[in-house]
Order: sequence, then C-alpha cells, then structure tokens
Amino acid sequence: MLSRVAESIYWMSRQAERAENLARFIEVTLHMTLDQPEYLVDPWKPLVQVTGDNEWFKAKYGSANCQNVVQFLAFDREYHSSMLTCLRASRENARSVREALSTEAFEELNDFYHFVRDSSPAQLTDPTADFFEQVRDHALMWTGVLDNTMPHNTAWHFLNVGRLLERADKTSRILDVKYFNLLPRVEDVGTAVDDLQWSTLLLAISGFEAYRREHQLMDIEKIVAFFLFHRTFPRSIYSCVAGVDRSLREIESESESELPGQARQRIAALRHRLENTNVKEVIAGGMHQFIDRLQIELNAVGDSLGQDYFYATQTA
Amino acid sequence: MQKQTSGSVSQMQSLGPIPSLPNYQTDGFFDELVDKNNVARPDAEELVSLFNRFPPQELSRRQHAIEQALFRMGITFTVYSDKTGTEKIMPFDVVPRIVSAILWKHIDAGLRQRIRALNRFLCDVYNERAIIKEGIIPEELVDTAPAYLQECRGLKPFNDVWCHITGTDLVRDNTGTVYVLEDNLRCPSGVSYVLQNRHVMKRNFPQVFGASRVRPVTDYTSRLFQLLRDVAPPHVSDPTVVVLTPGVFNSAYYEHSFLAQRMGVQLVEGRDLVVEGEFVYMKTTRGLQRVDVIYRRVDDTFLDPKTFRKDSVLGVKGLMDVYRAGNVCLANAPGTGIADDKVIYAFVPDMIKYYLDEEPILPNVPTYVCQKEEDRKYVLAHMDELVIKAAGESGGYGILIGPHATPEEREEFAQKIKEDPRNWIAQPTLELSRAPTVVDDHLEGRHVDLRPYILCSRPDDVWVLPGGLTRVALRKGSLVVNSSQGGGSKDTWVVAEQGQAVASAHDDETGPVDH
Repeated sequence: MLSRVAESIYWMSRQAERAENLARFIEVTLHMTLDQPEYLVDPWKPLVQVTGDNEWFKAKYGSANCQNVVQFLAFDREYHSSMLTCLRASRENARSVREALSTEAFEELNDFYHFVRDSSPAQLTDPTADFFEQVRDHALMWTGVLDNTMPHNTAWHFLNVGRLLERADKTSRILDVKYFNLLPRVEDVGTAVDDLQWSTLLLAISGFEAYRREHQLMDIEKIVAFFLFHRTFPRSIYSCVAGVDRSLREIESESESELPGQARQRIAALRHRLENTNVKEVIAGGMHQFIDRLQIELNAVGDSLGQDYFYATQTA
Repeated sequence: MQKQTSGSVSQMQSLGPIPSLPNYQTDGFFDELVDKNNVARPDAEELVSLFNRFPPQELSRRQHAIEQALFRMGITFTVYSDKTGTEKIMPFDVVPRIVSAILWKHIDAGLRQRIRALNRFLCDVYNERAIIKEGIIPEELVDTAPAYLQECRGLKPFNDVWCHITGTDLVRDNTGTVYVLEDNLRCPSGVSYVLQNRHVMKRNFPQVFGASRVRPVTDYTSRLFQLLRDVAPPHVSDPTVVVLTPGVFNSAYYEHSFLAQRMGVQLVEGRDLVVEGEFVYMKTTRGLQRVDVIYRRVDDTFLDPKTFRKDSVLGVKGLMDVYRAGNVCLANAPGTGIADDKVIYAFVPDMIKYYLDEEPILPNVPTYVCQKEEDRKYVLAHMDELVIKAAGESGGYGILIGPHATPEEREEFAQKIKEDPRNWIAQPTLELSRAPTVVDDHLEGRHVDLRPYILCSRPDDVWVLPGGLTRVALRKGSLVVNSSQGGGSKDTWVVAEQGQAVASAHDDETGPVDH
C-alpha cells in the first residue's frame, strides 16, 4: 500500500482511539464526583496533569474545575489533543484515504464526529456522564465496524498498530493518575474509599467486571498487574503491546525487506520485558518511573514506524 | 444484477386519465416533465401521479431525508469562511429529470459522433494538421489557444485515443431541441454525483423508480476501469491503474476518492509518485511499485513541473518524459484542452463533416467568433441579447449574460472584446428548458442542463452512460447551473427501450464491483 495511505490510516485510528480514551477519563471522573466522599482529592486537576499540557491549560483556563476540564479535554478546538480536535483530525485523515476504507467505516466515523461536534454546546453547559458513555458507544461501534467490514490486510494492521499503541499509552496514564496523584493515605488502603477509587479506574478501561470475576477483592498488586500484565484483557498494556507486535510481524511478512524493521525490534523487546517483569518489582522500583519508561518506549515504536514505512512521504 | 425487461411492464396509469400538476406554472418555457398544459409527458406519468398522491409535506420530507443521507455519506464540501468547519452537501433536488428513450437515442448517437470527430481532431492537430492545411480551421486560432500544448506535438497516445473520458454539456431550448453547449474534454467532474444521486433516489422512490423503466448507471465504474486497462502501454500484461488527485482540498476530491474506491485502485497524489529511469512508480510500504495507467484529475499544466509549470507541487517531475517514452498512459491525454477552447468549439460541426463525412446530429449553439470582424461587429451591437464567454474559461467563469447584465457590465465586456477579440465568443441567450424543482413544500420550474459522460477506448469505440448529471439553477430565473454559482443537481432517468436493461430499485449501487 501507499506509504502516505499507511501513515494516514495509522493516525486516523490513533486519533479516534485518543478521543475514546478522553471520553473514558471524563466519564469515570463525572461518576466518581457523584459518589465523592468529602475527603477525596480534587479529581479534575490530575486529568489535566496527565496530558502533560498543564502549562497550556493554566495559561488559558487558570485552575481546574469540572467545567473547564471538560471543555479542555472534550471540546477545545484550540487544544491539539481534545476529543473534538482528535476526531476532526481522524476524520480528515479518513477522508484523505477514504478509498482504502470500507464505506461503513467512513460513515461511522463521520457520524461519530458530527455527534460530538453537535453535542458540544449542550455539554459545555451541563456535562453528563451519559453523553460520554454515548461517545464510548460510538467508539466501540467504530472499532467493530473496522474489524468487521475490512479485510485484515496491511491497511488494517497499520490501523491496529495505531489503535493499540495509543491505547497502551492511555491505559498507562490512567494508572499513573491514580497512583501518582490520587495516592491514598496509608490508612485508607483497603477501605471502602480506596475500593471505590480503584473500581472507578477499572471501569475506565471497561475492566471492572473482568477483574471481579478473577479476583473478587480489590487488591493493589492485583489491580496493577491487571492493568499492566493481563494476557488477554484487550485494554491491558501487555495485550496492546502483544497486538502491536503481531500486527507489525504481519506487515513485515508482507514487505520484501529481509531485516526486521526497527519498530518491530523495539516492540518485541518491550513485549519481552513485560513478560519478564512482575508486579512486585514494578511497585518496588517505583510505579511512576516504570510507566514513564514504558511511555518513552511506546513513543519510540511510533517514531520507528516513520522510518520503517512512512519515510517516503517525508523525503518527497 | 440487472434484469431484462419482459416487455410487459405494468403501466399503472394506462387505464386512468393522464395525471397533471395542478398548481404548477411552466411560464411559457419548455418543461422536461410536463407539457404546456401541465399534463405529464408519457414517461413522467408515474412520477407525477405519485406527487399528486403524496400527503402534504411528503415531498419536503423526502427532500430532507435525502439531504441527510448525502450528509451522512460525507458527500460534502467545507465552507472555508467558517472556522467551525461547517460542511454542506452539494444541493440536490429530489424531482428527477426524465429523458424518453427516443430522445436518448438521438443524444447517444449525436455524442458518439461528436467524440469520434473530436478525437480525430486531437490526433490531427498535434500531428499532421490536415484540417489546418485544408483551410477549415485557421492555423492562428489553434496556435494562439492557451490550451494548445506545443509540448504535445507529434505525440501518439496508445490506441490513438486522446479524450478517454468526456462530460459534454447539453441544453434544450424552447422547442425542446438539444444543443451541445460545451465539450469538456479535460477533467470533467460530476459522475460520482450521478451514481450517488441514483443510489439515494432508489432508496427513497423505489416504486416509481421501478415502474419508470430506468436504465442503469451502476456499471460506469467497471466500464471506466476496463477502459483504463485497455489503454495501458501495449507491452504491459497486467497494468497497474491509479487515480491521480490534486489532494483532499480539491473541490472534486470526493469524486476522485469515490472512483478509486469503486474501481479498487490506489488514489495517489503527486507526492506519492516518483520517476526513476524511464518509468513512474508509486511509493508503497513495500518499496516502489510501477504505475502503468494514470487517470489524472490534475490539470495539464500542473502534471509535470519539469515540462510545464515549474511551481506545480501537484505533479510528478519527469512524468512527461515517461509519457513520451511510451511507458505510461495518461487519461485524458495532455493537450485535449485545445478542443475545449470556445473558439475551436465553433468549428466542431465542420470537423464532423471533414473527418467523418457526416452531418452533425446534435447542433452547436450558434456561436459568434469575435476574432472575425463581421461577427465582432454584430456582437458589439447586440450585447444586451447575447451570452458573452471567454474562450479559455470554464466552470461558469468569464461569462456575461447580456439580458441580465447592467449597462456598465456590458460596457466592461465590450472593452475586453475590443482589446482581445481572439479570447471572446458570443451566443444567443437560450431559453433553457426547465424541470419541476422542490421549493419549500411545492414545485416550481427551474432551468436545467444535462451532462452525460462518454468513454472512448478506441477511435471508433465510444460508449455513452445512459444517464448523466442534470444540473439545475436553483435560483429563480437564473440560467447558471454551475455548482460554484448556486447550482444543484438532479437524478437523470433515461427510459429503456424494449429489450434494454432496466435498473432494479433493489440493486445496491454501493455494492462491490466485479473486475
């Protein structure tokens, strides 16, 4: 396939996944504030911190509250990674490679974008978890349509790589928010408050029920392991990384080059490391440091794709 | 999935009185669907009867439903002046234009004749120039035409085909006579709207569509693909075909993408292609892959910055060298624009006589060539009656409609004509035919034209899509149908003769195309 098309498909899928994850962040936070015990830490500020764009936010909005964080993350047309900006970019990318997608896929993304855009005035006045749940439904529909209306060929593998790299990054950020910013007081560990916060986090990755069925009780180590290492849960970091690895292998087997590309080498190394790390080591070595390094490695995989497959567009 | 008619199609209206549109006004214009007493023309009886049976508001409800469907399909353009990214669909009118079988037969024969002559002309004018030597077309008219490409002298495209894809503009006057208004041999657009308009109409008017015995348009893209393969360099056994687009910001981008998708070929931009050695390649994730046929939707002068405009970023450096070496087919061939020149247009009837020894089936609109002193005098004296057109423009630009213009505008154009007579022609203002069009919740007459699409794979193998884009001037009284100037479109129903294939209302025209 054309390098330009591969690159656009990769970004199209990444941007839609990013929008979905922002909706998940906001939805669970809106839920959490309703159940909020009075001693819960402010839930909105960490959502800004996790973007890494807190300076930008501060300059435009000042201190964080529900209203302005929703505006910033969901509907801010000036912010390069708001839900609406991402969906718009995703759709623009889709438009530029429309001939390589199924008609259903394009139309679903088109609907998705217009739904979010048309809802923004009402949601800016009074954000509802219900709306963000609908966004999540649209996103699930979008992934379902992609997976079931397109052959799983090179184009699909590029979009799968985009989707899973983004998802791995965002799952790690969800965990990071909790661990770094909502770190419970020692005496809270194992209390109802703590349970509530961890449950919310699992809900954000649709993992609450899956976790409960395996472990019943909320346990920090088990939850962290679920986020990082679960072999089959589709939003766990390991699962995403393994999926990227598989798709890159497929892409590579289609290409005529003899040597494995850099992206493929990097993702294989990361997968190997995840397979050989346990949760006790992660917590002992510092969760935040672990996640930081993970994010750097995920970014490096993304950068290598440019060199391995998209380079042609840059040299043009 | 087309079925042959059995010849005994039910005629639901044949027993009752012929329906008419009670409150409609033809205002003395020729109307495509009804006669001067508002009585339905024979092929429009089903449709008119349906309109009469509609409950109030149903027409506007369906209009709205179709607009929603087109929006959902993403057939939109962005309003650039609006920062929030407001998008609009191309205006669409639900009332189809119906063309009788006998009229279509005439149009089909006329267009095939015309394309054969124009293609012969293109071969000739870039090679032997016999038509100039015979004194039929003055040499200076050709050599001063901006669209004549000296770089294409002596070139012979494969199969001797220059104009592979044409979208001829036809109009009808007050008597119903069909005239050729423009030939459009460069990169005519709009065929995607023909296919999509048909798709939404079949979903919203299945019964009347089924009963009206409409000829199918579905197979256009497979015919186009077959054509593009047929004109590949002869030494290539399994040619790679691509569509070349200027990019996502081009107003016809949707169409480029649509055609590539339907043909199952890559849609490329100039930056995706590279010339190495004597071939042109596309850059893929598996390395470079050779391209043999380019259906290019980029204008001639942007195709190759090495040969034409140096500032073009839409083209491919060295592409013309590959073309000259016979290693790629460009459709349409660079240089076809000479036949679109509005002065050259005036000579098409002469070409038909000269090359084919036939009388033109479809007449030209009478044309005054301002280069000729006699014509110029007449034009300058009758500015208030004529339509004045710049010879090298298209898309509704550079036009003065005399009767609708102010004295100042007429004076301005008179000056231009005197300064550069070669660049101007004039035609009488035709009373364009009209068709019923939805305005709020009722029907009013609006002027229409018709753009059929013609494919030419060999000098004598010309095929006309039975259908076309009916463009409608939505503004009351307006004669300008161009989408850039407030025009919309309608589906065009060409009625089948006995034995011709009829489209089924249940075909899904978005379905896959067999190659």
